[in-house]
Amino acid sequence: MLMCREATRLMSLKQDRALTFRERTALRIHLSMCSACRACARQFDLLHKIGEHHPAAPKSSTDGGGRYEPR
Amino acid sequence: MPISSQQAAEHFRHIRPRLLAFARLQLRESAAAEDAVQETLLTAFEKTSSFEGRSEFETWVFGILKFKILDHLRQQKKQGRWQPLNDSIDEDTLDRLFKSNGHWQPSARPHDWGEPEHILENQRFWQVFDACLIALPDSIARVFTLRELMGLSTQDICKELDITETNCWVILHRARLRLRACLDNGWIQ
Repeated sequence: MLMCREATRLMSLKQDRALTFRERTALRIHLSMCSACRACARQFDLLHKIGEHHPAAPKSSTDGGGRYEPR
Repeated sequence: MPISSQQAAEHFRHIRPRLLAFARLQLRESAAAEDAVQETLLTAFEKTSSFEGRSEFETWVFGILKFKILDHLRQQKKQGRWQPLNDSIDEDTLDRLFKSNGHWQPSARPHDWGEPEHILENQRFWQVFDACLIALPDSIARVFTLRELMGLSTQDICKELDITETNCWVILHRARLRLRACLDNGWIQ
């Protein structure tokens, strides 16, 4: 049974690589039962968007894509 | 029509404060941030003629800045100015937030922040965010900003920092937990 501590590890990992089927399922079940972890998951998603939305970050160009790639 | 060097100077004046703020968040040293922006300016001015329009110019200048920031990070690292990444130092982060049975400590339970669109437009949120980021230890903040501000993959971060990808994921987990806890305290309440 997945506990909150481990659930936050998977939520974080999800921002950096695709979760396996087993990880995804375990996380989904936990989130369906735990409102604190649902809030945490939304906050990790939000933190993942700072690169596009931080006031100091480059504004999205018209061709889309807020993230810039080295050339 | 390609932009003139005069227009480029204008654009640059316009985005310079943001370039500097961006570099400071990543490098955490004002002097190094100034240097990186200055070097970006010089490189950008050599090639302005290949650009049309301001948004393309901005994207391109930030791309150059990103390279300069990585150069500075590599120098800092080579000069031995980094404290070693030791994840055992930060073991108590998790112990503060979670009970031994893996549940949230009552005082650490996350609160709902509301709609993401509203949060991201809130100036106060960003002030608290920057303060929380500065409060993180350098070694943890560096990994977090490389990932979330510079947009590097964890694979690329491992190469830059000479750490394993697993170590990188562990550090990012701690960084996110600490940042969200700090934001919960500083912004929501």
